[in-house]
Amino acid sequence: MSEQHNEPGLFRRWWAILKKPSVKYSMGGLLAAGFVAGIIFWGGFNTALELTNTEQFCISCHEMRDNVYQEYKDTIHYSNRTGVRATCPDCHVPKDWTHKMIRKIQASNELLHKVLGTIDTPEKFEAKRLELARHVWKTMKETDSRECRNCHDFESMDYTEQTPRAMRNHEKGLTSGKTCIDCHKGIAHSLPAIFEEDPSAAFKVD
Amino acid sequence: MKTLRTLGIGLLAFGLLQAVPALAEHDAGPEVKSLRGHVPLEDESVRTQPKKWIKDDVPFERDYVQQPPLIPHSIKGYKINKKFNKCLTCHSWANYRESGATKISQTHFKDRTGTVLATVAPRRYFCTQCHVPQANAKPLVENTFKPVKALQAEQ
Repeated sequence: MSEQHNEPGLFRRWWAILKKPSVKYSMGGLLAAGFVAGIIFWGGFNTALELTNTEQFCISCHEMRDNVYQEYKDTIHYSNRTGVRATCPDCHVPKDWTHKMIRKIQASNELLHKVLGTIDTPEKFEAKRLELARHVWKTMKETDSRECRNCHDFESMDYTEQTPRAMRNHEKGLTSGKTCIDCHKGIAHSLPAIFEEDPSAAFKVD
Repeated sequence: MKTLRTLGIGLLAFGLLQAVPALAEHDAGPEVKSLRGHVPLEDESVRTQPKKWIKDDVPFERDYVQQPPLIPHSIKGYKINKKFNKCLTCHSWANYRESGATKISQTHFKDRTGTVLATVAPRRYFCTQCHVPQANAKPLVENTFKPVKALQAEQ
C-alpha cells in the first residue's frame, strides 16, 4: 500500500520529463522540430479557423440556411451589378485577429444553442428574431459599425455621387455623429415586425 | 429503316419550309406578327434593353383623381409578407418623422366595415397592390386619364 502511495502520478511524471534538460537530442534538432511543428500547428489552426469563416460553413446549419440566408439572398450584398459580394463573415466576423478570436470564442455559445435546438424551427427563430437582432445591433453600435467600414469608408464616400435622398441623410447622419447601423438596420435580413410600430424596441436592453 | 424514316421527315420539313413563303405571298389578309417581330428564324432577335427602375426622385404628381401615389424610389428587394413589411419601416406613423418619408394615409387604418384599427388594415397591408414604382418605360397604350386640375378647367 505504502509503495503505491510513493509512486508519482501521471501528471507529475510528465512534468518531470518536461523539466529535465534533454540528454539525447541536440539543441538544433529540438529547435528544428519545434519550428516545423509550430508551422504545422499554427497553419492548421488558421486553416481550420478560416474554414469556419466562410458562407458555406455558415449555411451548413439549416438555422442559417433556411432563415437569414434566404432573406439575405434578395439584398444588394448578395447580388448586384458589379458582382462584389459581402458574405456572412464579412459583416459578422471582425477582420483583425484579436477581435476575430474574441468573436470566435463567443461563437461557442452558438454551438451550444445549435445542440440545444434553440432556434431549430422557423417559429422558434421568429420568436427570437428581435432578441438576436438586438445582439447584433448592440455590437455594431459599440464598434461604430466596424465591419461595415471594412468596405464602406466614410472618408472615401462622395456624397455628390449619391442620390438626393442618400446624400441628404448621410450628411445629416455624419453631422449628428451617427453610425451606419443607426439607420441601416435590416439591410441584409428582415427586421423584426415590431419595428414597424415601435422602432424604439430596437434599443431596449433585456 | 430508321435512317429512311428520318430522311423522309427531313424531306417533308424541307418541303414545308419552301412552301411557307409562297403561302405568305398569296395571303392578303392582315399581317401576323410573331412575338419575335420580323426577325428571320435563323437570325438572332433584337435584344430589348432591360427597364431600369427610377432609383430616387421627388414625389410624382398624380395623373388622375384617386390615383394611389406612385413610389418615387426603387423598391428592389423590399419584402412585404405576413411577418414583415419593409415599406412600413419608413412610412408607418411611428417611423415617418425619423425617415423623412410620406406617412401612410389615415384611410389605411379602416377595415371594410369602417372600423378604425390601431394598425394598418389587412386589406391595405400589401402596399404594392396599389402603389407601384416607376421605370424608364413609355406607356404601351394611350389613355385619357387626366389630373384633377384638368377636370377643374373643364367645369
